[in-house]
Amino acid sequence: MLMTSTPASPQPSGGGHWEELVTAALLGTARRAPSGVAAGRDAPTALLDAAAVETVRRRAGMRPGRAAARLEPAAEDPRPALPPTAARRLTMLLADRPGTGSGGRRGTAPDLMELLPQWLATANRHGYAAPPQALPALLDAARGRTDLRPAVLAFAGPRALWLARLNADWRFALRSAPGGGAALPGPGEPERIRRLWEEGLFAERVALLSAVRARDAAGARDLLATTWASERAEDRLMFLDSLRTGLCGADEPFLEQALADRSRNVRATAAELLSALPASALAGRMAQRAGSCVAIDHTRNTPAIVVEAPHECDAGMERDGVVPKAPTGRGERSWWLGQLVEAAPLGTWSRRLGGRTPEEIVALPVADDWRDELHAAWCRAAVRQRDPSWSRALLGTPAAPEAGGPGAVSLAERAKLLGTLEATERAGWVAGFIAVHGLSEAFQLLGVCTVPWADPLGRAVVDALNIARDAGSYPWSFSGVMGLAERCLDPAEAVRLEALTAVPDESEDAAPGAGSYWAESFQRLLTTLRLRATMQSEFTAP
Amino acid sequence: MTQQGVRQGVRWTADQVLALAPDTASRKAGSKLGVAGPWSEAGSSDEGTVWGLCKGSGSKPYRTVIDTADSTGPAYKCSCPSRKFPCKHALGLLLLWAGEDGAVPRGEAPDWAREWIEGRRKRADDKRAADASGSPPSGDPEAARRRAERRAEWITAGAAELEQRLTDLLRGGLASAEQAGYGLWEETAARMVDAQAPGLAARVRELGAIPSSGPGWPVRLLEECALLHLLDQGWLRRERLPDGLAATVRSRIGLPGAADGPPVRDRWLVLAQYDTADSRLTTRRIWLHGTGSGRTALLLSYGAAGRAPELALPVGLTLDAEVSAYPGAGQLRVALGERFAPAEPTEFRPPGVDVARAVAQYGVALRDDPWLESRPVTLGRVVPVPDGDGWQLADADGELALPLTPSARSRSGLWRLVALSGGAPVTVFGECGHLGFSPLTAWPEGPGEAVTLC
Repeated sequence: MLMTSTPASPQPSGGGHWEELVTAALLGTARRAPSGVAAGRDAPTALLDAAAVETVRRRAGMRPGRAAARLEPAAEDPRPALPPTAARRLTMLLADRPGTGSGGRRGTAPDLMELLPQWLATANRHGYAAPPQALPALLDAARGRTDLRPAVLAFAGPRALWLARLNADWRFALRSAPGGGAALPGPGEPERIRRLWEEGLFAERVALLSAVRARDAAGARDLLATTWASERAEDRLMFLDSLRTGLCGADEPFLEQALADRSRNVRATAAELLSALPASALAGRMAQRAGSCVAIDHTRNTPAIVVEAPHECDAGMERDGVVPKAPTGRGERSWWLGQLVEAAPLGTWSRRLGGRTPEEIVALPVADDWRDELHAAWCRAAVRQRDPSWSRALLGTPAAPEAGGPGAVSLAERAKLLGTLEATERAGWVAGFIAVHGLSEAFQLLGVCTVPWADPLGRAVVDALNIARDAGSYPWSFSGVMGLAERCLDPAEAVRLEALTAVPDESEDAAPGAGSYWAESFQRLLTTLRLRATMQSEFTAP
Repeated sequence: MTQQGVRQGVRWTADQVLALAPDTASRKAGSKLGVAGPWSEAGSSDEGTVWGLCKGSGSKPYRTVIDTADSTGPAYKCSCPSRKFPCKHALGLLLLWAGEDGAVPRGEAPDWAREWIEGRRKRADDKRAADASGSPPSGDPEAARRRAERRAEWITAGAAELEQRLTDLLRGGLASAEQAGYGLWEETAARMVDAQAPGLAARVRELGAIPSSGPGWPVRLLEECALLHLLDQGWLRRERLPDGLAATVRSRIGLPGAADGPPVRDRWLVLAQYDTADSRLTTRRIWLHGTGSGRTALLLSYGAAGRAPELALPVGLTLDAEVSAYPGAGQLRVALGERFAPAEPTEFRPPGVDVARAVAQYGVALRDDPWLESRPVTLGRVVPVPDGDGWQLADADGELALPLTPSARSRSGLWRLVALSGGAPVTVFGECGHLGFSPLTAWPEGPGEAVTLC
């Protein structure tokens, strides 16, 4: 009866009468008869009569209450609304949220929830606004899956943050959004920037620094320099890390000064950043140190690399970020060598080793079992310095077996090296790898390829799956790659998949039931690809 | 059938299709099938028939056909063994039809689909012809009259017994009801079922739950006892009541009435559809708004526990149809009669009133039906506002506000409403009663589809 509690609501006969009736009813008419009701045998009936009249009167006489304090309206979302077909698709994708139905075998139908990230990415690329009524479901989906949060929050826009302030379940949105959802100051507001930098919470300041760094590298560095001396060590570490974006030669003096920091972690990070600048003084020093350890031995019949690891870690090395204490189980000298080579600019090696190309250098024999140590350090350097020509040399040809490549590198290292290559080259390399080694080793490598997979790669994956099926392999061992293919394969590949969806005759050496499971998997792959193509077209539909 | 030659209107939205699902598992399963992959030979006709073959786990595909133009809501037929209704294949096919251009092309229905549709429509026509040619043979009218009299005597005995229980309770005091618990009321409810007064039985059963319903229970218990007493007395003195009120009492007691009001043809906008379920029965309420007459009407449909009632009308569509009212003053319930065209989407929105008008209308409606819990109303230009633990709908241009009912506060629809508003005015259709306002459907201030909240 919220509405009758308002002072504006008149109770013609006074609330007192009703109160009296309730009290009498609670105690019983045998103990107390309300006024105006004769005590005795008929008292209960008379009480019920009076209460009925009062109940209907109270209900009929209700008045609305006074409005509570209104909410500040959500900020306008200037983005255009989704095309109707895309909005319908979103409803369907969200209806497939986990927890809204039964799980079990995957069957031939696509996994809609797995397509939500792609759908969101496309919507964000087109710059569409989310339909407001879909926001609760979107926020619920992002609540359960942290990997969805950035895309969901970008798509959901300002109104989602407005909503999140009203519902504790969606607090994560405020945490994930910089400044608790308040807009960061723009380039034209130096005063607001300075104030937020000086007075803001740690998370707000990190967000601010990253935002400024993204548009004005020098401005961010200057901002950081204003308070650098008074920051706490762990904060200095985080702030320094945000300089990774847009790192350039002009950062050198600041980083060089941070090499003398009180905190070891800050020093190490500064050294790492400097070593990624090949022209920096630190890089030069490291090149010199590393260079003095690695040389060509011309005394043999065939030239080979000889390694003389450092005998000590001096103060200068330590200042430049070399960690003196080796992890247990590793020799000190090889530990120091690894750090020196990793931090030395890769460009110095060609000069140092007789004008050879990276391929030629990698192909050289290395004396005294230093090969693995040296190549591993070069791998780390190629990744840190994002050097495609060294990466290419260290990766070798995709046909070489694992751990047999010129760099003798693991799959994890190969995946990292591939990351420095341009997308098409990366896809081509992985395609070559799959063609020789099949899919069982390729999962990690596929993960670093750009979506959708460029042509040679998509073809290689489909062919390999087909070969695996014909060979009677267990389809279950390929479910990871299948799932990846559903999300990453170019929808144009659908045509070539048609033939694979038939249930093959069961051969003797195949796992029982594998044939139909394969057909089912291919069918789901095909259906998913078609759906993805439709999804894409819906964004541009009128 | 009358819709022969009427062009099928715009397709439905995914939301409207998903609203037909009997449960969330079906929603999910249907969504998965709403893609071209598993379907072949799908098509739709100008008369509102949609069909297709869906590849399942077996060798033979399932044959699914839906008649979207049927006068009792969409009708489904599928060769799958599922007991869900509609099954996931029907939902998937409708989603496909709703979603993708060209996925379900227009065409000639295959024989298997046409046979089913024609059989259905023939049966419906036969039934209508039979109805038109006079009331179905109901045996001896004299016997029927005697049966009705006997039932009225039982109800009278039941009402008198209930009166006795109520006076005993009031004499001893409601405080004793707290100790008595459910048992007493369950037994009394069973007596009312024996007396063939299901309306009384349901009210009695609810009394049993009040003492454990939290602070303020004596007030609520007294109110409900008093209204139950009022209904007893209404029945016992029904001869002296005006006809309309007497009919209301009969329907509140639980006597079946016939929807024998004159048929009213209008373009009816489907305002809301929602289900409530108890252990025996699923009850579906569908609110309609006559775009020409401005009248609000209620369709009820029932299903066995755990199964969705058959009648389903997607929110936001209008149907050109006749409805006939059930008897009783202030009663909004109607039966759906003939439909003249398939349902189609519309831009029309019901006109809204302010908060004060909505409350006043409920007060006025109590004159015709003092047992009325709430009344349907559309609020225009209101904003959702948090108020302590609860929410209000406040006039955008005034100072007054209506609280949401406690149950509305815990529904997920509340957040859809708040999100849709974003602090700006919205139009909200819902039920306004003594417990507050229960929002069911909302429209944004600018252009936009109806958003269901229930």
